[in-house]
Amino acid sequence: MAEFSIDRFVDRYAARTSGMSASEVRALFAVASRPEVISFAGGMPFVDGVPREEVATVAAEVLREHGATALQYGAGQGQLALRERLTMLMATEGLGADPDDVVVTTGAQQALDLLGKIFIDPGDTIAVEAPTYVGALGAFGAYQPRYLHVEVDQDGMLVEHLEEALFRGERPKFVYTVPNFGNPSGVTMTLDRRQRLVALCREIGIPIVEDNPYGLLRFDGDPLPCLKTLDPDNVIYLGTVSKTFSPGVRVGWALGEPSVAQRLMLAKEAADLCGSNLTMLMTERWFADDARWRGVLAGLVDTYRARRIAMAEAIAEHFPADAACTDPHGGFYLWVTLPPWFDTKAMLAAAVERRVAYVPGTAFYADGRGANQMRLAFCLPTEDRIREGIARLGALLADEEHLYRSIHG
Amino acid sequence: MRVAVLAGGRTPERDVSLRSGHRVMTSLNDRGHDAWILDPGERPLVEALGERPPDVCYLALHGKEGEDGTVQRLLDLLGLPYTGTAAFECEVAFDKLLAKDALRRAGVSTPDWVAIEGWALRDLGGGAALGRAVERVGLPCVVKPSRSGSALGVGFVDREADIAPAVMAALSFSGAAVIESMIHGTEIAASFVGSPLDPLPLVEIAPKAGRYDYAARYTAGATEYFAPARLEGGVEGAAVGEAARAANGLHLRDLTRVDLIVDRAGLPWVLEVNVSPGMTETSLLPMAAAASGMTMADVCDRILHAARDRT
Repeated sequence: MAEFSIDRFVDRYAARTSGMSASEVRALFAVASRPEVISFAGGMPFVDGVPREEVATVAAEVLREHGATALQYGAGQGQLALRERLTMLMATEGLGADPDDVVVTTGAQQALDLLGKIFIDPGDTIAVEAPTYVGALGAFGAYQPRYLHVEVDQDGMLVEHLEEALFRGERPKFVYTVPNFGNPSGVTMTLDRRQRLVALCREIGIPIVEDNPYGLLRFDGDPLPCLKTLDPDNVIYLGTVSKTFSPGVRVGWALGEPSVAQRLMLAKEAADLCGSNLTMLMTERWFADDARWRGVLAGLVDTYRARRIAMAEAIAEHFPADAACTDPHGGFYLWVTLPPWFDTKAMLAAAVERRVAYVPGTAFYADGRGANQMRLAFCLPTEDRIREGIARLGALLADEEHLYRSIHG
Repeated sequence: MRVAVLAGGRTPERDVSLRSGHRVMTSLNDRGHDAWILDPGERPLVEALGERPPDVCYLALHGKEGEDGTVQRLLDLLGLPYTGTAAFECEVAFDKLLAKDALRRAGVSTPDWVAIEGWALRDLGGGAALGRAVERVGLPCVVKPSRSGSALGVGFVDREADIAPAVMAALSFSGAAVIESMIHGTEIAASFVGSPLDPLPLVEIAPKAGRYDYAARYTAGATEYFAPARLEGGVEGAAVGEAARAANGLHLRDLTRVDLIVDRAGLPWVLEVNVSPGMTETSLLPMAAAASGMTMADVCDRILHAARDRT
């Protein structure tokens, strides 16, 4: 008799891999990425809005002028010229920064992983919004934390809920938030909440991780100060060029106290030695032309604004009246809450069958909530495709409701 | 032989199918055949077959279209021989609504079940009958989409209140749901290859979390397998016999995997039959073949010849 183990190393993996398992949702996404499916699932930037020829010119210039550097290993912290450029980028959001305190990472996603590595011991508590970014749950999850979910409403994180939890004795290692046009909620934390959050965390001595990928993608209204601006000492700020330029260059960064920056840099070097010199040079040069990057960004914002309007209008037309939807003023996402009996995970197969896809809400919670919610990304499909996709989804919701009423009377 | 290995497609089992197909293609090429992958999800099937006509199509598609007779009927129309079961029998085998009936008519032991169609729920007031369904099959029970593979959309129901959500979830995958009594015991896969179908050693499935659901099937290490299964001689013989009765009763050809549960009294119950079982490095049929000393190349070659010799 033979015992077959499909994975010969099964008894050797670290406990932190126990949450990594195959899922039906992943299988359905394999179909959802097919061209005939209108996908509101992935938050894929509209890269066609970035003029490819100009990027090609930048790449060629970089290779011609700095070829030896571009093709070589680099510094773990990232090139100084790029870090200086990134401080300029942060200044456009009113955030002052010293290039020495910046660590360039492989997208802001790597910064999440490195923060997990330097802050989280197994069993530590991390405070996150409810719902929160699925990629943060994944990155921190490898370090086996316990999550404290803090509710979000249309004004962002409910700081009083965090306060209550702290009063009960919770002591999270840090608080993680996406304050601008949150992923997945789309909501923005108000100034009042920002001030209360930084004051509370400062008082108790809990650092804040401010993840700001979407801040420059504002459709209307005035920008709000970064949490890092409100409290430069107690906030670790994460930025990225994925949404303002390209996710393909994989350039993100962390800005923290010198002590945090140093640990992040050492962790970064241990993880992958350094980022890509080639794409760092390209990114530096792209943002060196102020009129160009601002012009391209303005075009992207116009596109996203129009798509968000198209999606909101289509939802108003096609979704059931009792579906609640957030009202984002920037970013990539709309967050939909359906009546409690809906199960968006179970419904995804039927959606894909109708050639439309979304991300079920449960992905954005660590505690199984969100079954009646879904994230809709409006960033990639054209307005016509958005209208068509929302109509398909609306028809499905109506059929599901009809089925539910038929069963329950 | 020139062999088009049909794999991929547009179903949620696309990735698994591509892995099956690549393994089949490599095995056939090792045997000196000229095999290539043809993915109907990437390009129109008829056009691709016209450009590069094969002697035989090897069907490694999983899920709807590939297993429900659709592709088989098209290949019949084109006059191209293909591996596996014929179109009508595929349609019956793939649809649990039909297959369960066909199994019972063939005298095969299969767990008691009721079936309910989506439109009967929506338009005929069938919702009121869901309570009757629970009375008929008892609790706990298993709710399955009638036409879906790989345990997609399958729900395990312990409480009556959970039956409606489970039925709705199953109907997301298919037009009808089958509600089946849950049999407690040992999960067994009985694989057959060749013409006539030859049994391979039984594989015993021991999911670590208790239930052989989607995650248990496709997460490496989530399930332990024993081949041959750890069954006593008499019990093993009964299981093979019941599986063979199912395969023959449903007129399956060339290759099949019959999934069973052997209950605590040692009685075998057939859960379902598969006309295009997985052929990946983590699949049950290749595991059974390995336990019998056959290589993947032996298995694929045998299946191929069974199809060719029919023409």
